[in-house]
Amino acid sequence: MTSQHAGRAGATYAAPDGQTGSDPVAVAHSVPMVAFQGAGKRYGPAGEGGFTAVESVDLTVERGAITGIIGRSGAGKSTLIRMVNGLESVTSGKVLVDGVDVGALGEDGLRGLRRQIGMIFQHFNLLSSRTAFDNVALPLEIAGVEKKAIRAKVGPLLDLVGLGDKAGSYPSELSGGQKQRVGIARALATDPKLLLSDEATSALDPETTQSILELLKRINADLGLTVLLITHEMEVVKTIASHVAVIDAGRIVESGRTFDVYTNPQHETTRTLLASALKLPNWLRSAVKSQPSAGDRVLVRLVFFGDTAFQPLTGRLVAELGSDVNILAGAIEEISGEPFGSLVVSYSAEPDVVARANRFYAETGLTTEVLGYVA
Amino acid sequence: MSPDMIFGLLSKALMQTLQMVLVAGIVGSIIGLPIGVFLATSGKGELFPAPKTNRVLGLVVNAARSTPFIILVVAIVPLTRLLTGTSIGTWAAIVPLTIATIPFFARLVESAIREVDKGLIEAARAMGATPSQIVYKVLLPEARPSILMALTMTIVSLIGYSAMVGAVGGGGLGDLGIRFGYQRFNPEMMVLVVAVLIVLVQVVQSAGDGLARRFDKRNRNN
Repeated sequence: MTSQHAGRAGATYAAPDGQTGSDPVAVAHSVPMVAFQGAGKRYGPAGEGGFTAVESVDLTVERGAITGIIGRSGAGKSTLIRMVNGLESVTSGKVLVDGVDVGALGEDGLRGLRRQIGMIFQHFNLLSSRTAFDNVALPLEIAGVEKKAIRAKVGPLLDLVGLGDKAGSYPSELSGGQKQRVGIARALATDPKLLLSDEATSALDPETTQSILELLKRINADLGLTVLLITHEMEVVKTIASHVAVIDAGRIVESGRTFDVYTNPQHETTRTLLASALKLPNWLRSAVKSQPSAGDRVLVRLVFFGDTAFQPLTGRLVAELGSDVNILAGAIEEISGEPFGSLVVSYSAEPDVVARANRFYAETGLTTEVLGYVA
Repeated sequence: MSPDMIFGLLSKALMQTLQMVLVAGIVGSIIGLPIGVFLATSGKGELFPAPKTNRVLGLVVNAARSTPFIILVVAIVPLTRLLTGTSIGTWAAIVPLTIATIPFFARLVESAIREVDKGLIEAARAMGATPSQIVYKVLLPEARPSILMALTMTIVSLIGYSAMVGAVGGGGLGDLGIRFGYQRFNPEMMVLVVAVLIVLVQVVQSAGDGLARRFDKRNRNN
């Protein structure tokens, strides 16, 4: 994925340590699966009275990759993903799917394109009057596939998503996770080349979310299916997306490899989204202030990866600042197979202490982020 | 009045009521169903956008629904003559009953269709469904339990309306109750007519509920 917006743009393709194996993107195809070219969506009249949901987005979704678009609710991500299959029209710029300009297609052309793009939804959108089997069969019926071929196709799909024994169950008899599995099987029924996921795990509990994400990951790997997902949860992006774009107020504010964005966020929105993904203790989360007052302590997230991961930097930081450093939270995590550690520490917000700390960060190349201030 | 006579009158009236209710109910809902679907899908930005036609049709439906039934019966006498060749009798009564059923059922169908989750329409569009595929494969099957309830409600109302068509010699249970029970002051007849009507409505309601439940897969395990 590339973008003209992020400060990091252009450098995102090469991993910092030269690892390219972690990136499953096939470079063989020259045409990306999806390309937004200055794409925008405006509701209502031009000028005043209208509302711009998406504004001049430049973004490419590479073949075979899982790409996440993350943003708060109302940021325009739902509109953006619907511009890919023409559920929302494009009012400026272009959206190309596999080289085809979606905006230039007529109703028939659009229907043809949609049959090549699967979509899954937050609330599953299964027909309550149809069994799991018949729900998966629906897109095939719509495409005019004959009954015998449908029967041959649906069974294996239900097996693939682990619901081989639930073919005759109605959605009301299935759990949320099972419903989304049916949704995924349905989205795969017409052998799409692209899967759109609209907050597919937002209505599920954390455990079920993980299992659905695992399934998507497996489908991506086994079928080579390109996945474009939107979410408001950094955890989802971190778990499965190799590339991420951050959207705020209709614009892409940052994009790149998930690892880079996660370990070194550039934009305020990204930081906010990351902060909510950081597992800070509740008392600490509620105590964080954005401005310091006298006697406050500064709260800093230290990120260790690549070179910095192998040095005893925490000890040296303590030596540098005195015993005042307090470790509040820490975790070792992994994105696309690359491990990194993060540590949340606090120390005095006195100018000279902060200056010493910053000098230390500059010398060692440690990636840091000020989360706020605590009393 | 001898029991035989009462029984004869009652069974004849019951047959007339059934005839009126069934014919008007079937014909009226066959015409009302597509009108209801159109009302629910032809608004601005919907499946078959035709906002002007939608508004006009909506007005006609409202006008027909706000006309008191007994006035409708008299007002459409020319149409009744044209269709049945007469303006009195059971068949003549079926015409205004049918005309009254169409907008009644259409509005109920409209609301049943509108109740279908918009997410399902979006999902079907995302699959590449045509608007008519969305109607046949998504909207009608999903709204089926509600449409069956609407049909039940329509038939129960028809039973009530059919009591008024005695005014044009339509006969039926209501007419029997008015002429014998009320005007000739025969309380036994009145009680019997009301009892038969209660049983009739009860049977229709239970059958309709049962059918709707059978097709409703939303919240139960069946």
